[in-house]
Amino acid sequence: MASFFEKLKSSLVKTKNNFSGKIDQLINYSGIYNDDFFDELEEILILADIGYESSSEIISKTRAIIARDNITDKKEVKNTIKEIIKEILKRGEDFKDIETPAVILVVGVNGVGKTTTIAKLANMYKKEGKNVILAAGDTFRAAAVEQLEIWAQRVGVEIIKNDRGADPSSVIYDALQAAKSRKADILICDTAGRLHNKDNLMNELSKMNKIINNESVHFSVYNYLVLDATSGTNAISQANVFNEVTRLDGIILTKLDGSAKGGIIIPIKALYDIPVKYVGVGEGMDDIQIFDPDDFAEILFE
Amino acid sequence: MVFEGLSSKLQDTFKKLRGKGKLSEKDIKEASREIKIALLEADVNFKVVKDFVKKINDRSMGAEVLESLTPGQQVIKIVNEELTALMGNTPKKLTYSPGGLTSIMLVGLQGAGKTTTAGKLANQIKTDNKKTLLVACDVYRPAAIKQLQVIGEQLKTDVFADLEEKSPVKIAEKAMKFARERFFDVVIFDTAGRLHIDETLMDELLQIKKIVSPKEIILNIDAMTGQEAVNVAEAFNEKIELTGVILTKLDGDTRGGAALSVTSVTGKPILFIGTGEKLTDLEVFYPDRMASRILGMGDVLSLIEKAQANFDEKKAYELQEKIKKQTFTLDDFKDQLKQMRSMGSMKDLMEMIPGAGKKALKGIDIDEKEFDRQEAIINSMTKDERVHPQIINASRRKRIAAGSGTRVQDVNKLLNGFEQSRKMMKQLSGLNNKKHGKFKFPFM
Ligand SMILES: Nc1nc2c(ncn2[C@@H]2O[C@H](COP(=O)(O)OP(=O)(O)OP(=O)(O)O)[C@@H](O)[C@H]2O)c(=O)[nH]1
Ligand SMILES: [Mg+2]
Repeated sequence: MASFFEKLKSSLVKTKNNFSGKIDQLINYSGIYNDDFFDELEEILILADIGYESSSEIISKTRAIIARDNITDKKEVKNTIKEIIKEILKRGEDFKDIETPAVILVVGVNGVGKTTTIAKLANMYKKEGKNVILAAGDTFRAAAVEQLEIWAQRVGVEIIKNDRGADPSSVIYDALQAAKSRKADILICDTAGRLHNKDNLMNELSKMNKIINNESVHFSVYNYLVLDATSGTNAISQANVFNEVTRLDGIILTKLDGSAKGGIIIPIKALYDIPVKYVGVGEGMDDIQIFDPDDFAEILFE
Repeated sequence: MVFEGLSSKLQDTFKKLRGKGKLSEKDIKEASREIKIALLEADVNFKVVKDFVKKINDRSMGAEVLESLTPGQQVIKIVNEELTALMGNTPKKLTYSPGGLTSIMLVGLQGAGKTTTAGKLANQIKTDNKKTLLVACDVYRPAAIKQLQVIGEQLKTDVFADLEEKSPVKIAEKAMKFARERFFDVVIFDTAGRLHIDETLMDELLQIKKIVSPKEIILNIDAMTGQEAVNVAEAFNEKIELTGVILTKLDGDTRGGAALSVTSVTGKPILFIGTGEKLTDLEVFYPDRMASRILGMGDVLSLIEKAQANFDEKKAYELQEKIKKQTFTLDDFKDQLKQMRSMGSMKDLMEMIPGAGKKALKGIDIDEKEFDRQEAIINSMTKDERVHPQIINASRRKRIAAGSGTRVQDVNKLLNGFEQSRKMMKQLSGLNNKKHGKFKFPFM
């Protein structure tokens, strides 16, 4: 996994230059911690997609700590902010691997990287010696089944599918039966991208989820939400609604190899008790990394 | 609720301003700060926000506001004007080469919706009576070519694909030759999604550009994009000089701050917006409407347009006459229901109403099925019953419920509601619309 981390680290260099560099600059220039200082700080945090709400939280905490401990050293001010962010990211449970046999339902809005992430997960589990089956639950988008099929081939795992236009719930049902009879360790279900404000599509998702839950005597069930690191505050509402429809067990943050900061997970962590499990750092099937809150915060500031 | 949209935030700000009468400089400063926060929360890039707020501040300090009797409204007007100006004032059209082949390149990050948009554009261009070719240049994402082929089949539009060729530049070259030889009018190049910081792939775009000499190079950008939208747009623009932008996935509940960010850093117009997954879900971008939507003034224009398109004037006149003569029957009510429904889903419509933001609608669960039920109930009534609902006694109610697959309570509810709205209409036609209450649908 070390190489993934290196990759993530190098991919965040640009991020760091903007974010951490700016804070350094700010602290060096102003020297005093007045309202202007905190206004600027607020902007920097927002620029990292951390959002207004969480930025305010971070700022008021920083203010309080500076006043309480009479902090004047610039490095220490920076450290304070870092620790506050770490604290938010660390809320909730530590990373835990799944218990098998398991069913993983992968959900999210359009184009965030669900199908690719499934390939990455399948590849990871297969390397661990697990027997993995994929379910082509996106029966809506053109060539979505074919896309997953190609990944299944590349990774070397079995895929359960039906025609385009078929009821996705029936594909999930078939895949569950197949997973049982073949004694698979892990079944990973792809779903069509859906915007969380579309009730009919969310109902369809809830139906798939119910069908999986009906089999919860046979499997541990995990619902993962895929979020795009490039997205702004809308990701908060995605997390909120998907969590309401399918109780989420984890978030996977993709496209961190881009220049986006992925700071949006900070308000999400602050608001909802959903662990961030993995991060996506590229388009290949090896480009996945366990999310480590310490590393993430460090990388933002080192 | 912690997560608030730009519209409700600005509404709050302006509510405060409205209550004040005359504004002081301090008031304007405070309003500016809140506008700034609201725009930032809506994911407008902070540099863009800073410039914008400064403009608002400067103009608001002017006499036109401070001396106005309605300063709050003046500020709203200024904000609205500046937002609209930032997004390019008037809608832009696609440009075609005057003679011969027009090529269009679609570019953007991974997952921005290029392939679907390519199909939507082809569908749109069809209405201009042009022979269109779609070209599959995404050799990287698994089944991306297949996806475009399926879309082409759906549209009955030709797709150029070369599964053997691994170089998108070569594919583009071959496609141009193919298109020229077969006298196509328009060629749309669907390119692979790429990171703007990936130099190799950005160079590849430049090479494709050189070969196809595109009339339009359109950046596809996800409406949900955060602060990075400016950097993405700037990088693509610098490398290959964009001609326009298509904002996708605007049917989500994002405030769409990216629209402001992208247009203001590139100076390039937003040509279309993507509003759904169907190949017909591509709409012209109206900067003024977007500004209104962002400001929470509701998408009033779209609502009016929708209503007009579906409003049968003759029927409306008849209805008016009936209300006057108080001969409004359950049949008329059914017609009314149908008309309302033909305008789109109730929820969509409600969301376009000013003030009825997501927040306000949160508690209201509009049950579309309720309309189906009501229609079914009326359908199960005899002609006589529809004209004289007073004859519907208990046994008739039972029969109607059974016939429509509903419960007697549902029938009762409908009849009570109908009676109420009949009374309401009586009063309304008498009162001549003085102080009409809330916007209210009958029976809800
Ligand atoms: N750079 C980068 N690209 C990614 C990553 N994950 C996915 N992608 C790319 O994003 C694009 C969309 O990925 P998909 O896996 O098809 O996304 P999806 O969520 O399944 O999309 P729909 O099913 O259409 O909603 C593809 O081009 C992927 O290669 C990542 O971590 N980094
Ligand atoms: Mg997919």
